[in-house]
Amino acid sequence: MSKRMITVDLNGEATTREVEDRTLLVHFIREDAGLKGTHIGCDTTSCGACTVLLDGRAIKSCTMFAVQADGKQVETIEGVAKDGALHPLQEGFWEKHGLQCGYCTPGMILSAKHLLEKNPDPTEDEIRWGISGNLCRCTGYNKIVEAIQYAAKKSKAQDEEAAE
Amino acid sequence: MIPGAFTYHSPRTLEEAMALLGNLGDDAKILAGGQSLIPAMRFRLAMPEHLIDLGGLDGLAYVREDAGFLRIGAMTREADLEAATVVQQRYSLLADTAHVIADPLVRNLATVGGNLAHADPANDHPATMLAYAAEVEARSPTGSRTIKIDDFFTGLFENALEPGEILTEIRIPAPQPGAGGAYRKLERKVGDYAVSAAAVQLRVQGGRVSAARIGLTNVSPVPLRATGAEQAILGQAITDDCLAAAARAASEECDPSPDLRGSVAYKRDITGVMVRRAIEKAAARAGGAS
Repeated sequence: MSKRMITVDLNGEATTREVEDRTLLVHFIREDAGLKGTHIGCDTTSCGACTVLLDGRAIKSCTMFAVQADGKQVETIEGVAKDGALHPLQEGFWEKHGLQCGYCTPGMILSAKHLLEKNPDPTEDEIRWGISGNLCRCTGYNKIVEAIQYAAKKSKAQDEEAAE
Repeated sequence: MIPGAFTYHSPRTLEEAMALLGNLGDDAKILAGGQSLIPAMRFRLAMPEHLIDLGGLDGLAYVREDAGFLRIGAMTREADLEAATVVQQRYSLLADTAHVIADPLVRNLATVGGNLAHADPANDHPATMLAYAAEVEARSPTGSRTIKIDDFFTGLFENALEPGEILTEIRIPAPQPGAGGAYRKLERKVGDYAVSAAAVQLRVQGGRVSAARIGLTNVSPVPLRATGAEQAILGQAITDDCLAAAARAASEECDPSPDLRGSVAYKRDITGVMVRRAIEKAAARAGGAS
């Protein structure tokens, strides 16, 4: 059984563990690093519940080996709030009721985070397209779209405030 | 689902990757974006003993026009292809295709080279590259060679790469004046494979189609060129009759299998519809419309 030591920058913290070569990134995050906010939904690269940011890009952590992330930055839902303050996206999901069961929410938020970094002022169509790799079985997506719109607006206002 | 055990290799240069492939032979698979291979390994449809990851190599991810070709590095991520200005401005068929491959999350990792080398007729790039008359470059320790896309797909999940060869670049001929292309895909939902899809690249001169190539997705065991549909529009002005003839030809020449996405009859019918729509859009673009 082939194993090796890897170091992943996980939410800003260098995390070194010994993993089997075949360990999937999502299992490294949940079981080796103990961060259970990243979910496993489908096991077939379909649902996006396991979405994390790899060097800033939203990817499915069930479809990558942990060894491939050696030396890279991974951001999970646990890294999204800063200094105890909710990220505008988290606040948006709260305010706009962007979740019911919450299972898809961490993945949705990370997909939306990548989307808003590429496109801070997306149209509704662009939001729907941006989260089209993430399945939600509760909300019908409307409230999720509103939550992301809320976050885009809030981030813009914060940026303007910071610029003044 | 956990993949079978394997040994992971992460070469830093192409030479190192080729040496590993040469030494490990049939027991090794190349890992590019992993978006087809890793699911296959999780289902244990693939159980390679060694994976050679090209992710650590520099210089295999690029999209640029050069010497009459659009050159795409094999490790170019689909999301970067989709975002490339040159693709959006000059390669409509490719831009259409890049936008509908799997879903945005998969496109952030999936690579163009992997999509082609996997030689899955359900993937989208094979049909598109057939329509473009693209060519691929294969590198081995003894040198490099060019393989025409018409010769590349040899069977279901089988390609013309020799043992020890690595696909490094895809080249698409730059469009000539009057050229236009389009990809039209019917999918049940984002992220699913096509029920059927048609890739059309054509050229209109003096109101008539002077060149045309058409590729079909997921309606044959091997990525298919719809030569009958091409013949139906060559030399013709694009009229309803001509579109109907092309759609009929494509319906007849495709060879779909029945599955959850539909019966053979349904897929043949839809293939005709996709071909018709793609030709219409390609012809409109050839005339300067976007």
